[in-house]
Amino acid sequence: MAESRLAVRKTYKLYIGGAFPRSESGRSYLVAGPEGHPLANAALASRKDLREAVVAARKAQRGWAAATAYLRGQVLYRVAEMLEGRHAQFVDALVAGEGLTGAEASSAVDGSVDRLVWYAGWSDKFAQVAGSSNPVAGPYFNFSIPEPTGVVGVLAPQASSLLGLVSVVAPVIATGNAAVVVASEAHPVPALELAEVLATSDLPGGVVNVVSGRTAELAPVLAAHRDVDALDLAGAAEGTEAELEAAAADNVKRVLRSRRPGPDWSAEPSPARMLFFTEIKTVWHPVGV
Amino acid sequence: MAPRFVYAPAPESRAVVNLRPSYGLFIDGEFVEPIDGGQFKTENPSSQEVLAEVSSAGLADVDRAVRAARRAHEEVWGPMPGRERSKYIFRVARILQERSRELAVLESLDNGKPIKESRDVDVPLAAAHFFYYAGWADKLAYAGLGPGPKPLGVAGQVIPWNFPLLMAAWKLAPALATGNTCVLKPAETTPLSALLLAEILQQADLPAGVVNIITGAGDTGAALVAHPGLDKVTFTGSTEVGKQIQRRLAGTGRRLTLELGGKAANIVFEDAPLSQAVEGIVNGIFFNQGQVCCAGSRLLVQEPIAESVVEALKRRLETLRLGDPLDKNTDIGAINSSTQLDKIRALAASGEAEGAQRWSPSCTLPERGYWFPPTLFTGVVPAQRIAREEIFGPVLSVLTFRTPDEAVEKANNTTYGLSAGIWTEKGSRILHMAARLRAGVVWANTFNRFDPSSPFGGYRESGFGREGGRHGLEAYLEGSLDG
Repeated sequence: MAESRLAVRKTYKLYIGGAFPRSESGRSYLVAGPEGHPLANAALASRKDLREAVVAARKAQRGWAAATAYLRGQVLYRVAEMLEGRHAQFVDALVAGEGLTGAEASSAVDGSVDRLVWYAGWSDKFAQVAGSSNPVAGPYFNFSIPEPTGVVGVLAPQASSLLGLVSVVAPVIATGNAAVVVASEAHPVPALELAEVLATSDLPGGVVNVVSGRTAELAPVLAAHRDVDALDLAGAAEGTEAELEAAAADNVKRVLRSRRPGPDWSAEPSPARMLFFTEIKTVWHPVGV
Repeated sequence: MAPRFVYAPAPESRAVVNLRPSYGLFIDGEFVEPIDGGQFKTENPSSQEVLAEVSSAGLADVDRAVRAARRAHEEVWGPMPGRERSKYIFRVARILQERSRELAVLESLDNGKPIKESRDVDVPLAAAHFFYYAGWADKLAYAGLGPGPKPLGVAGQVIPWNFPLLMAAWKLAPALATGNTCVLKPAETTPLSALLLAEILQQADLPAGVVNIITGAGDTGAALVAHPGLDKVTFTGSTEVGKQIQRRLAGTGRRLTLELGGKAANIVFEDAPLSQAVEGIVNGIFFNQGQVCCAGSRLLVQEPIAESVVEALKRRLETLRLGDPLDKNTDIGAINSSTQLDKIRALAASGEAEGAQRWSPSCTLPERGYWFPPTLFTGVVPAQRIAREEIFGPVLSVLTFRTPDEAVEKANNTTYGLSAGIWTEKGSRILHMAARLRAGVVWANTFNRFDPSSPFGGYRESGFGREGGRHGLEAYLEGSLDG
């Protein structure tokens, strides 16, 4: 009779600047399954962790934006490949965490992989669709191109912890932004697992940073942060949006409001999220001999 | 010193303008007396002569205007086919062209800007804007902004005093083309060209309520942007007020576009075509007395040519003619208001106090009216207020740089991001720099140039959303992210 083997449980940490630190606060919280049974401990990020994540994102953003669109597309495609390779693991995480059936979880993981592939393909087409050359009355070649807004704070959807997450993060980074993501509070595990996928997908450290913890504690910090350029409120608690939006006005952040009820993440998206987190730059280039 | 030429006065006749002694609010197609507002006077800033009495809209007036716009949207303008809307807007463009001289004179009277600018820039561009967007009204499905594009509904639009008619055109034309109806609030000190525009809209038989124009001060603007009957708010003005509006709209779900302040870097490389660059620098900061959100107020000159550029600038500034805005030879007109003049004076004084060297050409300022001479500060360092804050006046801060990287760093060292300029003969350098400057509009070997087909708007604290071009439609159409 084979000896019973003791399972090696996983420790979940934050994902900041390409590394996996614990919270500087030393705090963690218990993540429970749908029936309330304990699943894992997740780091309970502090305000300071979040600020560190913003610093890491700012540091990484310029290089990521300067990478060719082709390269960004390949990196996103690589993320899709790595996610596909860990399909079973994510299905397990969704079944255990959100209480989905195996088929539902499998379809959420399929959808997430497909979404990444969709955005991977956008990276070198978006500027063609979102930009223009403008027939101005004068001797100028006048063109408009989308550029990344910069550092985007993302409150990941609370309910759809993988497909929702991928649906909000992929459009942010496809165009060259860096993201600071606050994972679903109740279901942080898929986000923290996805961080491991990102870390092994040639995505430069700091382009996506993932913190777990209390959304109510972290969201106001992100909203008020002067070095965050835009905010996605997808996962904001109902009733907190007005306060977060008001705080975001301190540096005229671009704020994508949350919708109630939340969007159907399984529906095919439009380029609207990419448009929202980009700025249009217009250049007047002289023409002459 | 450059030789001074004496020019005989060449004033444009103001007989072409028929001002009424007083104006009501333009609501639901008619000029009406305010319900709970009052009256205020608008003056000519170059002479302090009162031009007319204008109504100030109170809360009930704002409400009445929003209701009129709502009804017009639901009953007339929303259901109207795009090609019919298109023809109305084309008609407005044509009347603007026909009455351009009247509009230009009125604009210079009320704003204080030189007639050559209102005549050659403000009015023709305003007409061009309506003409451009008129053509979009029946082609929105091809704008690449999603299938079945739909208007948002009623837009509340608050505009500044620096380009009164042009800003009204920037706001109204895309809103109307996309099927929205509007409540426009012109600036307190420059209401007259918008009121003449109201007459033009009547002349064009634009259906009642499609455009409502309510005059007033900041209170009226605040009441308008806070009105729950709006679907969209657009504001052009200071960053400070823009932030207040963003806070005010927090949690309302109403869409917002902000076009705010700037502190643009105008970067001159040593290989720049110098005489052209000097003209461009002058146009960049002294156009409209520097009361331009995208003004090139921070001159960054590459060190080897810094001295010669400053000398050439001084020579050029000595030849600028400051005075009567209606004189066709005038380069520099009046500052728009005493409030603005005080602000410019205070910031210029801070430049001296903080150690920068101040210089102005030898020009005599008229006794009446609000005037500020073209002013140059050298020895400016980035920490000084004149290098950081928007002055919104004819004050240029000169800084230097050595390498392109240093120029980029200094240019981007601001919380604003509206515009920037690059002067060089090297095309590859233009594109290299343009890609690195965090600004919504980058001019190369030119400055302060606008076109209705060219999107305009800011990065960072200069606001969000674009005006002009295909991109300008997006601000007024429902998108797939609207809940």
